[in-house]
Amino acid sequence: MAELADVSMATRARTRRPWSRIVGRAVVHVVLSAGGLAMIFPFLWMLSTSFQSAGALLVPPPQLIPSPIELGNYAEIASAFPLWRFLVNSLGVAAVATVLQVTTSAMAAYAFARLRFRGRDALFLLYIATLMVPLQVTILPLFVEMRFLGLVDSYPALVLPSIASAFGTFLLRQAFLGLPRDLEEAAFMDGAGHVTVFRRIVLPLALPAVATLAVFSFVASWNSFLWPLIIVNSPDLMTLPVGLSNLQGRYATAWNLLMAGSTVAVIPILVVYIVGQKYVIRGVTLSGLKG
Amino acid sequence: MVGQRGWQYRAVVLLFIAPSLVPLLLFTVGPMVAAAGLSTVRWNLLRPPEFVGLDNYVRLAADANFRDAVLHTVAYVSGYLPLVMVGGMLIALALNQRLRGLAIFRTAYFLPVVTSWVVVALMWRWLLDPGAGLVNYLLGLVGVDGPGWYNDPAWAMPSVIIASAWKDLGFVMVILLAGLQSIPEEYYEAASVDGAGRWTRFRHITLPLLTPSLFFVLVISLINNLQVFDQVWVMTKGGPAGATTVVVEQIVTNAFSYGQMGYAASMSLLFFVVLLLITLVQFRLQRRWVTYG
Repeated sequence: MAELADVSMATRARTRRPWSRIVGRAVVHVVLSAGGLAMIFPFLWMLSTSFQSAGALLVPPPQLIPSPIELGNYAEIASAFPLWRFLVNSLGVAAVATVLQVTTSAMAAYAFARLRFRGRDALFLLYIATLMVPLQVTILPLFVEMRFLGLVDSYPALVLPSIASAFGTFLLRQAFLGLPRDLEEAAFMDGAGHVTVFRRIVLPLALPAVATLAVFSFVASWNSFLWPLIIVNSPDLMTLPVGLSNLQGRYATAWNLLMAGSTVAVIPILVVYIVGQKYVIRGVTLSGLKG
Repeated sequence: MVGQRGWQYRAVVLLFIAPSLVPLLLFTVGPMVAAAGLSTVRWNLLRPPEFVGLDNYVRLAADANFRDAVLHTVAYVSGYLPLVMVGGMLIALALNQRLRGLAIFRTAYFLPVVTSWVVVALMWRWLLDPGAGLVNYLLGLVGVDGPGWYNDPAWAMPSVIIASAWKDLGFVMVILLAGLQSIPEEYYEAASVDGAGRWTRFRHITLPLLTPSLFFVLVISLINNLQVFDQVWVMTKGGPAGATTVVVEQIVTNAFSYGQMGYAASMSLLFFVVLLLITLVQFRLQRRWVTYG
């Protein structure tokens, strides 16, 4: 009875001033919408600029809807720079890095979560410790190493440092530890080995975590800048971010061309974000790493 | 269960661990250890390295450019952190009111977070273009003569800060929103029954229970942003007149433009130690203000 009374009083307290609540909500909505617009608008402006002619950009007032619509910017930038090559490089590097990272992380995670071996906990601690080492510390020796291997300015150099992911191993180990073991034990009874159990039972059951890692790896690789900037020099090997920053050196203020290049760089990640939003947000917030 | 001894079992363990352990040793742990060695040589990558002991660190202490870069980095973080923390908090609080369209707002605010820094930096260079940019045009409409933004040494760092805060607001918001949504509704109901007003509820329920999320996002943001690089490289390249040089940019410039690998390595190691210390101090201080449970 006491609980019931509490609830009804709480409801009354909340509905006491309906008008001020409605006004308050409206204000919050307006402010949030303005903020949301501020987040979206620069993207629209980029898109709009990419269809402007060079002359129109210099004549005020700025126009959101270009007139005339200039379709040639994309062709122009693609003929002056291997823009499509950048795109293919970025897609290729991100895809390969994602597949490798998910595979190696899942396998290591299975070992840490399910197998027993000497030194397991110490080894896991080593994985965690590498999470604290920032890229700027390892990047110089890594460059020297690639130089020693004769891999400076090559595709392998772009991918090699992202074969393994300590974060991914950690994430998937947590997920595997949370899975019920009944199915696995039944499979072992039936004579299945660890490889089968890993592929047929553990991986499918942990699919949400695997998807989170996959989407996160893809976004991180797609956006990575410092390492590709340092290790690659030939335009043919550049990823989109590096290629774009080079474009900027050449077309310092040709904003219609630069925004056309930027639009090309945004579209793939936009697709991944919209399709896998749940996983993107989870991956980025769990790792604390940003694009 | 499958037997846990014998060479077969060991082979299975190796099969699962090696594909990630070997690359991790080769490309993370190895370079980490090598960085210490690298910081004790003078080496331009062309001639053989020359051992100089701790000379690089001694030189670092007297390097005015490095000192400036440290000061700029601190200035950047001091401008950036309050903006994203307060901004992210306000948006999270607003979104936490069971609003209709929550998903749409969250999508919009998080979009810049997943966008490549190079794209964001170019977008903002265009918006802030001192001549034809939209921002100065709008300022002109209300009678304000817009500044030279990234072309003006006094406004270059604020330009970088504005773009960075815009990009990361959604990141802070998502983490704080998750924190807010994990606060049990009963606490608020009980407080309302006791006659607590909005502010009291915020001050005595929301804020204390949000401190773990605030702590997490503060630690992460500080570590990430002391290493600010991408946006600076694309927006200003450290200029104009060296007004926006930052630590990681100095590491890259010294290593690859000036050919001073050893010296740059000493910078990166010193900086790493400072980052660790800052994080350690934050963990120490958390007892004073973070409420768990």
